[in-house]
Amino acid sequence: MADEPVLRVEGLTKHFPVTEGLLWMKVVGAVKAVDGISFSVQQGETLAIVGESGCGKTTTAKLILRLEEPTSGQVFVDGKNVHALAGHELSEYRTTVQAVFQDPWSSLPPRMRVQDIVAEPLVINRSVPAAVIKERVAAMLSRVGLRPQQAALYPHEFSGGQRQRIAVASALVSDPKLIILDEPVSALDVSIRAQIMNLLVDLQREYGVSYLLIAHHLATTRYMAHEVAVMYLGKLVERARTKTLFENPLHPYTKALFSAALPAHPDIVRQEIILPGEVPSPINPPSGCRFHPRCSYAMPQCAEVVPEEKTLAGGHTVACHLY
Amino acid sequence: MARQIGDVILEVEDLHTYCFTRWGVVKAVDGVSFSVREGETLGIVGESGCGKTMTALSLLRLQPRPVARIVHGVIRLQGENLLEKTEREMRRVRGRRISMILQDPQTSLNPVFTIGNQLIEAIKTHHADGRSSLLRRAVERLRQVRVAAAERRVRDYPHQMSGGMKQRVVGAIAISCEPRVIIADEPTTALDVTIQAQYLRLLRELQEQTNLAIIFITHDFGVVAKMCDRVAVMYAGRIIEQGPVRDIFNHPAHPYTQALLHSVPSMDEDIQRLYSIEGQPPALWDLPPGCRFAARCPHAEEQCRESYPPEFSLNDGHTAHCWKLSPEWQTSPSFALKA
Repeated sequence: MADEPVLRVEGLTKHFPVTEGLLWMKVVGAVKAVDGISFSVQQGETLAIVGESGCGKTTTAKLILRLEEPTSGQVFVDGKNVHALAGHELSEYRTTVQAVFQDPWSSLPPRMRVQDIVAEPLVINRSVPAAVIKERVAAMLSRVGLRPQQAALYPHEFSGGQRQRIAVASALVSDPKLIILDEPVSALDVSIRAQIMNLLVDLQREYGVSYLLIAHHLATTRYMAHEVAVMYLGKLVERARTKTLFENPLHPYTKALFSAALPAHPDIVRQEIILPGEVPSPINPPSGCRFHPRCSYAMPQCAEVVPEEKTLAGGHTVACHLY
Repeated sequence: MARQIGDVILEVEDLHTYCFTRWGVVKAVDGVSFSVREGETLGIVGESGCGKTMTALSLLRLQPRPVARIVHGVIRLQGENLLEKTEREMRRVRGRRISMILQDPQTSLNPVFTIGNQLIEAIKTHHADGRSSLLRRAVERLRQVRVAAAERRVRDYPHQMSGGMKQRVVGAIAISCEPRVIIADEPTTALDVTIQAQYLRLLRELQEQTNLAIIFITHDFGVVAKMCDRVAVMYAGRIIEQGPVRDIFNHPAHPYTQALLHSVPSMDEDIQRLYSIEGQPPALWDLPPGCRFAARCPHAEEQCRESYPPEFSLNDGHTAHCWKLSPEWQTSPSFALKA
């Protein structure tokens, strides 16, 4: 299985039931948070999922982390079905996949010392001798740019950027194959963001780890990702290599999203495509293509037929009736 | 109607707002000067803790009292010094002549009143009028900020609206008394990309209709590039560089501005490596005597650590505080910053 990707997601779906009444609860509908998405992440690469709030990108991350059970579909990490794992294989999986979250103020336990926070994945999932743990933690801390002596401190003694470094050290200490980065820099200051992004890029080159980057900031995505997938209302609408996607977006939603992004220089003037209205509710998503009510290219069939994902030249896939 | 950059409407001179805490004096705003003209958009950019929000609050004398006090300076609005006004007079300035849009619409709207009530409350302070005509004005304001079905929406509570819609309502309240200056403190940080674009366009339209002056407080150079005519960059309580937006982007003079611009990724080009500024800003209660950026600056020399650089003029209102702009340094060969 030389070509087995680190992460493979097939037809992943998560519907949250919507209930009514307090005593005699009955299910009256479903929030279709994630609705049949497929993608894969190769070893040593970064796949970014971009989309606006409520598009299902965080639910996707939770499904991969086994924090939610899928309604249907499968997640394979290293060829193994994540949601069918048990016992030893499950704890093995928990060391293989790690996560770094957005807010380093709430993601680190305030009453644990840095030493214990970073060592946690090793202590819980692997029987590693205490002396080795100490050594690994010290090595990891200096790799992420902290001093090994700082292991005795508590999270509140660090700044935001340093806390995110602690989170990265903790994610990397068990030698994972995949790290889910859920908005890893959006809570940080501009000058600190560059530090953390550079650190993550360097660590990937050094350790060959794969990243699944959940982000809404497009420029961050362009800098960090090898491949980008665009999500809208629980569906993947487009996926391509980063350069291809940014230079030639095909799906009308991707085009609108890109045109709305802020420029890096006052001389960059984009032709703005202002989308009418707001993202519809995922409880009753529009029929056919979910983007059709806001799409300026919508045709009669868009309201009726769900567009299939088509693969074009260069592995560029798009789900739209225009192609 | 196109917007016309007119006379200076708000002028701030040497403003100092200090916070007096148990642990010492925090110099949040430490000698800030700038001005805005009618119809102009000024961006104040900086990272958290640089004093940009405290500057914004000070303009309306809304700094958190009693901890924070404006200890020195002049804030001149259409020629009148706001710092000499009584609290009663200030109430007639807030909302009517200068108003404010805050970052988080979730917290700036009151959850237990309908948005119509909250709009009317703002309008009422400045227009003594009957209930029905106030309501009419409220609906009109909502329409102005492009809220669909405004007649129905006035009866909604904030929780019935989306984030973008709520921020529009906050905008409607801000413009309800036809102010001449709007201070927008990170108004789009909490919004999604496409909603942010809608909102920025709306602000631009309102500015074109009424020739408002807008002061944008932000950490995002993208917002500056899109919206602002002029920029002031703040670091550790002071403006270290200011000037026309294109001058700042094309020829940033201060090493901090240069580093900041090089540390931002772009979605329009491939960047091999981002410049990263190591270290952190100094604590505002324990500031160094010299340039506040010296500890992180790749070009810092003895002089930088010893005394604070004066303002050097580059051209056309582009100024910066950095010793490397002094005539003596200009002639030395080693000053160009490599990103």
